[in-house]
Amino acid sequence: MFLIQCPWCGPRDETEFGYGGEAHIARPAGPETLSDADWADYVFMRKNPKGVHLERWVHRHGCRRWFNMARDTYTHQVLGVYQMGEPPPGPEGGDG
Amino acid sequence: MTRQQFRLAEGGRIDRDRPLSFRFNGRAYQGYAGDTLASALLANGVHLVGRSFKYHRPRGIFSAGAEEPNAIIQLETGTRSQPDLRATQVELYEGLRAKSVNCWPSVRFDLAAINSRLAPLFPAGFYYKTFMWPGRAWHLYEAVIRRMAGLGVAPTGPDPDRYEKTHIHADVLVAGGGPAGLAAALAAARAGARVILADEQSAFGGQLLGNGESVDGKPGAEWAAAAAAELVDLPDATLLPRTTVIGYFDDNYLTLCERVTDHLGPAAPPELPRQRLWKVRARHVVLATGAHERPLVFQGNDRPGVMLASAAQSYVNRYAVRPGRRAVLCANNDSAYRAALDLQEAGVEIAAIADLRPAPDGAGVEAARAQGIEVLPGQAVVATQGGRHLTGVEIAPLSEDGNALAGPSSTEKCDLLCVSGAWNPAVHLFSQSRGKLRYDEGLACFVPGRSVQAERSAGACNGRFALADCLAEGHAAGTAAAAAAGHGDDSGPVPKAEAEPVGAIRAVPCVPSRSGRANKHFLDLQNDVTAADVALAAREGYRSVEHTKRYTTLGMGTDQGKTSNVTGLSVLAAALGRPVPEVGTTTFRPPYTPVTFGTIAGRDVGDLADPARMTPMHHWHVQVGAVFEDVGQWKRPYCYPRQGESKREAVDRECLAVRNAVGILDASTLGKIDIQGPDARKLLNMVYTNAWNKLEVGRCRYGLMLGEDGMIFDDGVTSRLAEDRYLMTTTTGNAARVLEWLEEWLQTEWPDWRVYCTSVTEQFATMTICGPKARDLLAELVDGLDLDPAAFPFMSWRAAAVAGVPARIFKISFTGENSYEINVPANYGMAVWSAIMNAGEKYGITPFGTEAMHVLRAEKGFIMVGQETDGTITPHDLGMDWAVSKTKDFLGKRSLARADTTRAGRKQLVGLLTEAADAVLPEGGQIVSELARKPPMDMIGHVTSSYYSAALGRSIALALIKGGRDRGGETVHVPLLDGSSIAATVTEPRFYDSEGERLRG
Repeated sequence: MFLIQCPWCGPRDETEFGYGGEAHIARPAGPETLSDADWADYVFMRKNPKGVHLERWVHRHGCRRWFNMARDTYTHQVLGVYQMGEPPPGPEGGDG
Repeated sequence: MTRQQFRLAEGGRIDRDRPLSFRFNGRAYQGYAGDTLASALLANGVHLVGRSFKYHRPRGIFSAGAEEPNAIIQLETGTRSQPDLRATQVELYEGLRAKSVNCWPSVRFDLAAINSRLAPLFPAGFYYKTFMWPGRAWHLYEAVIRRMAGLGVAPTGPDPDRYEKTHIHADVLVAGGGPAGLAAALAAARAGARVILADEQSAFGGQLLGNGESVDGKPGAEWAAAAAAELVDLPDATLLPRTTVIGYFDDNYLTLCERVTDHLGPAAPPELPRQRLWKVRARHVVLATGAHERPLVFQGNDRPGVMLASAAQSYVNRYAVRPGRRAVLCANNDSAYRAALDLQEAGVEIAAIADLRPAPDGAGVEAARAQGIEVLPGQAVVATQGGRHLTGVEIAPLSEDGNALAGPSSTEKCDLLCVSGAWNPAVHLFSQSRGKLRYDEGLACFVPGRSVQAERSAGACNGRFALADCLAEGHAAGTAAAAAAGHGDDSGPVPKAEAEPVGAIRAVPCVPSRSGRANKHFLDLQNDVTAADVALAAREGYRSVEHTKRYTTLGMGTDQGKTSNVTGLSVLAAALGRPVPEVGTTTFRPPYTPVTFGTIAGRDVGDLADPARMTPMHHWHVQVGAVFEDVGQWKRPYCYPRQGESKREAVDRECLAVRNAVGILDASTLGKIDIQGPDARKLLNMVYTNAWNKLEVGRCRYGLMLGEDGMIFDDGVTSRLAEDRYLMTTTTGNAARVLEWLEEWLQTEWPDWRVYCTSVTEQFATMTICGPKARDLLAELVDGLDLDPAAFPFMSWRAAAVAGVPARIFKISFTGENSYEINVPANYGMAVWSAIMNAGEKYGITPFGTEAMHVLRAEKGFIMVGQETDGTITPHDLGMDWAVSKTKDFLGKRSLARADTTRAGRKQLVGLLTEAADAVLPEGGQIVSELARKPPMDMIGHVTSSYYSAALGRSIALALIKGGRDRGGETVHVPLLDGSSIAATVTEPRFYDSEGERLRG
């Protein structure tokens, strides 16, 4: 069970959190102008990397705030948490 | 009752003043306090304790600890019965009853032992090869195989015992209380760290309890007791005996299973839980889990009377039991010599020590020779004799490469054969922590390599087997762990022990037999996997150890291969001609030893399994005899049967009361979200499919919510309370999910919108009065509110006092009748409910439950999320295009134009009227347009809601049918399980007052 550093509440057990999937997927402006394929890409397609993954979590049973987290899906190491709207820290900045 | 003919007159850690009676396989025996079931059985000369899994060969007590593969027993009977415990770990108590598993009718005469004669027919992968073909016959074999191959049986009744959980933080968690663990805990606790020390045994000391070595000039067990006493006195140390660290998870989160009263049996005080699950988050972990002695692989190595040398040593020293009268030892290392000396001192005649090494010369070897024990260098036991117990062994010299015999064998009579193939560090927890193992050629075992978490291994589990090394490494690990957790390094002196030079070992994966065959060379004693099986798997092309394990079942028993994994791997590596580290090792998974479900569940059972949510009027419902149903975590009245009334009769009566007079529903469970802020309307426009721009203060609107995939996930009515304030209602089961959905979008996509969402579900009690008399009734309870539909129209709300209590009254309807949803502060709920019931008496007010509500809304064709929707249904599928805006964007809108959502032939909502008016279709029933004599039939849809409608005097149903809206008037069929079917006609999905005159009031 991970220990997750909530940006508002500090380190808490993983069971207090909800997982929100890949981060940095902006809702496209003007959905009606998108092709079926492009819209499907936004709705359904997600990365499934072995390694660093930028993902969203919510402190469901705590402050109810969403935040971003960089996590290595292979080692389970949490590389950092950062606020919604912020770019990812470190070398993977700008990715996604 | 038999006397304990193998018990020593003195010594051991047993209390001869406290004899204990117990029964094993129906016979009465006696042991002493301090015994395990295994030691007490051995004291009575009982070695034969079980039958092996596949061949049902007789098996004896093999070890003295957690690694036991053979002595697997069923403890007690009835609801407290426990299957598959290891007799070596079960502490004896007065009146204990146990029996062997996997033998029928008895352990001495096991009918299935014929399997042993048929062994050549049971090769590796036997089950796969034989019973899986032809596939359809598996069900014929399965019952027989399960009976033959099963282990213990699960108790049939509810568990009468109580289990607890404790969540705790520690600076340093020490797993294992042997010399290394005690030294580590002492060092860390002296330095000021908050320490938890857990050990699976009843006393701390580990091997010191059984091997007679000394620490700091004191007998080992005495030193261990003193160390534990010092820890008890230190302020921040918690000692947990009888506690196994069973799992090591991410971020130093470990689970421990404490057996609080198991050792007391029926005498356990009722105020104590039986077991306690500890969940520990530790800054640092010291693993001091010790090592398991490795067996040797030779022909007939499974016969009762064959035992690990260290186990035999434990039995004489710790339990004062001679495990035999005349012993042969077979070893490839020095440690067995100390066992031989201790056995000899206890009066066991040592016939010989066959040492695989050509020139053994350690201090132990010299000591044994000095005691007149015959040492046979370069020789090994190559076969055993006897039936249900060992009677003798054959010993022969090995060739230089260890692959053949180098001379004739001699026979030694003996009833005990102690084997030692050196030691395997117990790296289970290290491996669970995702640490990387490293193969040590010299020790022929896996040792911890690179750590991944804040953890260090110390002592035997780190491949440091000498006592002096264990103490030094434990002390160093404890000091470092305390320092890493922010404490000083004032950890006191290092405990000392005499350092004894230890000779090298000689690793021979499989001792050859005279015949050259290896089909009685057992690797996995519990699952009956032989060296020949593994060699066969290798010949058949199995290269991966993980595949070989599954194919042969090596290491897949309840012991998880504690005695068999490394020996099996060595045999596989030899068969493949590759080095062991290249072949790898299998994955260690929690729990380290089996755990009961009760311990995992803890107190979260029965009424405490899930929180129950109750409305402010709950106790009234209970008093009038409501039948409840669970909706999410809420307890909702399903109906209110009167004396002698069936549920169906009650629902019919409640429905008619609403249609003809007035009914009242407790709707407090509906989700309520207070939405405030200048951008609240913007939010509603995005999350609902319809437009919200023109909704005035005082008005209400129904809306559908979609996921971005275009599928309906919730619906409800939202009312405009003020310029910047709305009250959203959600379905009962989805309230939390909808709030989270709003928050997710606001926080992640529209963080600059000024909107605040607050759940107010529990702040209000909601009661709905509905029916033709509802308006008259309400008029009696409110002052100064014009209830005329012109002044208070459908889909609007007003603030007014109801029975003197400030309320919001929403004129909305889910039943199709004129309805008022009255919201009052929760604490006034019961008072207002009572006032309404009193005033309503003369109108015949009838409380109705969820089922009547469902019937009434189905008569009107109103959908229920979760009945008419299942995550694959769009508004168009339900014919609800009227609720979907063509002009604005909203979540999921683009998906409604995807090829799949616009295609012809999607399932659409229709009504069904059965040909027989009283036949009620089963919800979930599959619909076909043409009946075949038997399945398969082409299924065109399914029944989503189905009820008997008292108002219509017939059954009604809603269904989703492919292209349903074009099938009006068609006859369809719903086949039932019993082979019959119900015919029905497709109709519009509305059955009552389709013009909607009644609900406008």
